[in-house]
Amino acid sequence: MDVILVGLFSLAIIKATPLVYGALCGILGERSGVINIGIEGMMLIGAFMAFMGSALFGKWTGAAFSPNLALIVGLAIGVLSAALVAALHAVLSIHYKIDQVISGTVINLLAAGITDYAANVYIDPSHLSGVGVFPEVPIPLLSQIPILGKIFFSQQPMVYFMFGLVIFLQYAIFNTPWGLRMRSVGEHPSAADTVGINVNRTRYINVILGGALAGLGGAFLVLESVGRFQKLMTAGRGFIALAVMIFGRWTPVGAFLAALLFGFAEALGVRLQFGDINHLYALVVIIAVIVLFVGAVGLIRSWVIRSRSSRSLVVNLSLIGLGALTLIAAKLIQFPDMAIPIEFLGLLPYILTILALTGLVRKAVGPAAIGRPYEKQ
Amino acid sequence: MRLEVFRITESEIAPRTATGKAVSHLSNLGVPVFAIFTALVVASLAIFLSGSNPIEAYLALAAGAFGDLDSLITTMIKTIPLLIAGLGVALAFRGGLFNIGVEGQLFVGSIAAVIVGTGFHAPIYIHIPVTLLAGIFSGALWAAIAGFLKAKYGANEVITTIMTNYIAIRIITWSIGAYGPLRKAASVVPETNSIFESARLPELIPGARLHAGILIALLAALLIFLLLFRTTLGIEIRTVGMNLHAARYAGINVNRTIVLTMALSGGLAGLAGAVQVMGLSPYNFTTGFNVGYGFDSIAVAVLGSIHPLGILLSSLLFGAMDAGARLMQLRARVPIEIITILQGLILMFVAANQIIRSLYHIRAPKGQGEVNLTQSWGGSTD
Amino acid sequence: MTTPVLQLENITKHFPGVLANASICFDLLSQEIHAVLGENGAGKTTLMNIVYGLYKPDSGRILVNNEPADIEDPNDALRAGIGMVHQHFKLVPVMTVTENLMLGHEKTRGLPLGMLGRLDRKQVSQEIRSLGERYGLRVDPDATVEDLSVGEAQRVEILKVLYKGADILILDEPTAVLTPQETEELFEIMRALVGQGKSIIFITHKLKEVRAVANRITVLRQGKVVGTTTPDAVNMAELAAMMVGRAVLLTVDRGQSHPKGVVLSVEKLTVPGKSNQPVVNDVSFGVRAGEIYGIAGVQGNGQTELVEAITGLKKSVSGNVKILGKDITNLGPRLLAHAGLAHVPEDRQKHGLVLAFSVEANLVLETYYQQPFSDGWWIHPQEMRKNAKKLVAEFDIRTPSVSIPVSSLSGGNQQKVIIARELSRAIKLLVINQPTRGLDVGSIEFIHKRIIEARDQGVAVLLISVELDEILSLSDRIGVMYNGRMVAEIPASAAKRETLGYYMAGLRVEQSANKNVS
Repeated sequence: MDVILVGLFSLAIIKATPLVYGALCGILGERSGVINIGIEGMMLIGAFMAFMGSALFGKWTGAAFSPNLALIVGLAIGVLSAALVAALHAVLSIHYKIDQVISGTVINLLAAGITDYAANVYIDPSHLSGVGVFPEVPIPLLSQIPILGKIFFSQQPMVYFMFGLVIFLQYAIFNTPWGLRMRSVGEHPSAADTVGINVNRTRYINVILGGALAGLGGAFLVLESVGRFQKLMTAGRGFIALAVMIFGRWTPVGAFLAALLFGFAEALGVRLQFGDINHLYALVVIIAVIVLFVGAVGLIRSWVIRSRSSRSLVVNLSLIGLGALTLIAAKLIQFPDMAIPIEFLGLLPYILTILALTGLVRKAVGPAAIGRPYEKQ
Repeated sequence: MRLEVFRITESEIAPRTATGKAVSHLSNLGVPVFAIFTALVVASLAIFLSGSNPIEAYLALAAGAFGDLDSLITTMIKTIPLLIAGLGVALAFRGGLFNIGVEGQLFVGSIAAVIVGTGFHAPIYIHIPVTLLAGIFSGALWAAIAGFLKAKYGANEVITTIMTNYIAIRIITWSIGAYGPLRKAASVVPETNSIFESARLPELIPGARLHAGILIALLAALLIFLLLFRTTLGIEIRTVGMNLHAARYAGINVNRTIVLTMALSGGLAGLAGAVQVMGLSPYNFTTGFNVGYGFDSIAVAVLGSIHPLGILLSSLLFGAMDAGARLMQLRARVPIEIITILQGLILMFVAANQIIRSLYHIRAPKGQGEVNLTQSWGGSTD
Repeated sequence: MTTPVLQLENITKHFPGVLANASICFDLLSQEIHAVLGENGAGKTTLMNIVYGLYKPDSGRILVNNEPADIEDPNDALRAGIGMVHQHFKLVPVMTVTENLMLGHEKTRGLPLGMLGRLDRKQVSQEIRSLGERYGLRVDPDATVEDLSVGEAQRVEILKVLYKGADILILDEPTAVLTPQETEELFEIMRALVGQGKSIIFITHKLKEVRAVANRITVLRQGKVVGTTTPDAVNMAELAAMMVGRAVLLTVDRGQSHPKGVVLSVEKLTVPGKSNQPVVNDVSFGVRAGEIYGIAGVQGNGQTELVEAITGLKKSVSGNVKILGKDITNLGPRLLAHAGLAHVPEDRQKHGLVLAFSVEANLVLETYYQQPFSDGWWIHPQEMRKNAKKLVAEFDIRTPSVSIPVSSLSGGNQQKVIIARELSRAIKLLVINQPTRGLDVGSIEFIHKRIIEARDQGVAVLLISVELDEILSLSDRIGVMYNGRMVAEIPASAAKRETLGYYMAGLRVEQSANKNVS
């Protein structure tokens, strides 16, 4: 596989990371019954405060500490601030029982306003500059694996943290008392209430924790590559995170896989702007990757649910093989140069999300009690 | 799946009955007015923190919005899209739908206006209406997708309109991008050609910038008022919005009404987009143009108690804030983005009217029906 | 079986305008099945909610094992060993049986991580299996609740209560949702439970079941204890009399009916329920112009679905419905309205009204698009106003203004709005379901008078009510529904409370199987 492709996949992981954080925020909220369309705003606040925190810490302490410490301080401040904004969403939607979509809209408006405003006041005039970004930390041994090592294990620490978080939450939501209670609150709050679970407290905790995760996602945008805050830099990622959550069927691993798809689409968009990729070649590669991806997901899925169907094993393995072969073949063939509006492939994730909602593709059904404030009888 | 949220009573959102006789209550006006006041107080904290004088800032804001004829005109120009799009959001709310996709529908309407406005030459009295209609129909069609998916499959319109937003934005970005069919030749930035003069909205007073869009917006407000409160379709929309079950029992075709409501809502958004292209120099579509109306129009609709009259006032307020911001920035050195903060705060205080009621001891009107705005993702319509 | 495990002393509970429980005394002995029998609204559920800590009594006290118990919420009740199986299950459908049972009292294994420990599904599932075996409650612990039948879900609810360590079980109308076979199984389980030392309060309104399973029976009527007895001491008729009482029949002044041609004819109608089992099963009957046909029956025996199928809100799978000979099977509500059907729905606030709309708007909810209220597009508010003023006067709707939201009216006046709306149209058939539920005496009288007037004007009236008195005092002919079937059809002149009660309880199904349908 060539450098361009490896770079593309590596970029896809980077682009997927904030989406995963955002989607995990959505999952925590909705699994407990609270819709969150304010993820965008929470990420934006997280990004802004992470930047401010690290830049000011760096500025005030000078060269006394390593810039990484400033980054970590910034990260913590970003996370806490986003959690605070999430607390506002929680109060509005749980305590005041206002429509949760309206509450999310409030969050988005406020976050956009506050960060733009504060950027004008505190960043632009003094030309406050950042302290850089987290370094890439190749993981020993794992990063030596051909291709995969470069894609998955030569990333920044926040990417690894995301991997760990996905695995942890997948475990915690489905295999611990904490997760069981959260899900019961999101599915059937009065059933949870009759066995002594505090419905509203569970919701508060989840929404606020979710906000912290959205803050991580926002901070990642700042600390990933540019190292500075740009106005409205989340650019809709909070909403795409919602799609990621739905397409991933409200599970962390599902969201991770969905985010890879969206991240790949975004990375491709970035890559195509360089104008050095043959469109037809890219098209073939994308199709091959999707085939490979579907096979791999199917394989993981049947392993997780311990399915012993040999038919699905054969199907999934042949999908993987087919994808891999196509990738290799694509490398060997000389493609003619032609302009295909390949950007439209970027629409695919959105269309798939809509189809998942309609049930035309396997129907995505969210927790039953979302959107409804809980009233004791 | 029903939600008991966002309790606004009928008399609160609309100080009138189904048959349209106004019964105004002071307390109905109270909440929005006090909400605006509270938002101004809270935002003054931000202004103060940034080292400016809030009073000076607000005075400058008012002066920038209403101080002279020129500011007044700017205010009105800024009000136009907010009024039309706010009506669109409100119409959907009335029908029990949350149209969060106004932004995309507005873009679609703009692009349709560009296509028709640059597509052919025609006399002004043909070209203008056709261009407006193109905006309306394209926005309506785009929004109707979400309505159809809701009626047929129970797909939640909040998510589907967010998705269709991105689809629209992506397609449009491509169409005005480097290789896009609508890209203006030899332009360094992504933009379309300007529409022909025959499709441009005339200025009401030559040289005064204020274009005929203001009349279109006012007409739209009147028409939506009549539609909602004086027509059979209006009764159907509101009945479905208030009580889906009763609507079904009364023999109303609920699914058809949902699709129609969404289409009308999107049609208004599309109209807003078309009017922007047709009324504002340089009469074309470019990136970064008209961004943000999706959320602003929600705030306008909610502040305006989802009633055309209220929206007339709330859009004027938001338009005035947009218009006055520049002078505020000049005089009081307060960044214009304070406006977005203010708008967010106003929406928050209007929606969480319990806060306002307890702060100012306003009594809630007694037990009336509720409007349910959100339904769960992918939930069915009942 | 002599020591009392639960005693209620002088429990009194008021709700606004209603005395739900009046100084009720009740005791439950160890290893006893004590049935609490009563009609809808007799106060059974209120009493049990007090025991389970969901309501607070105005006065009176509760003793558990001879100790005064302070039960503030369900957790207190559980701690005192009282568990309740609600009529509406409190189970999370997407979770497994095991998960539902461990919820709130989870067991973990491996590292002691508390809330983040690993759920020990295997262990709990084992425990459930052995608990189930002990009491004869067969349930697959690994099954997902939404895949279970109603009977199985109920067993899960009972298991849940047992798993939490309850010794006193309250079963609130447990058979309401069960098939006869499932009911039999439930009784077996109940007997097994008391055999193992548990005590059960069994709430029901079904006489036959009480006789089949209870050790003692306490009958409630209008919030008061009528008496406590044993199945051997009373026969069915006496029990029925205790339950329904000799309540003063609301005297309705009505003349002889003069029925004419058949308006509504229902033939072999079958309507599927949630699990595709027929909830209305092969039902046939007819209603003639100028007569009131009453359908009696215990709630939940298919009346609601029958009405929905007739009024176009639910699709039937076989059979047909005709109005004046015209086949209207499975047509929508609007076409049916055109065919002359009027419908006063069971749930007036959910289905009959738009609460936020004004009185005048609700009065034209079905006719807003017709002359004179509209010319098809524009509405004519002054005509609506005129109509409203006329109907408000005519139907004695007490409202300060016709432009205020209908939600601010009393229940009786809300119902009058619906009835005024339906009767003000040119109608051939009036389907009226639970016309007076929860209303004050004045409104009841008025509505009854209107129903009879409609009959006398030649309208065919189909009346559905769970109030036997209402059926008896209004109907010219009476059909009884039981378990989705029309089990009897009796002319009003020949109908007696007791007989109807038997049919309603499903006691004479066998004899009536070969009845004639007119």
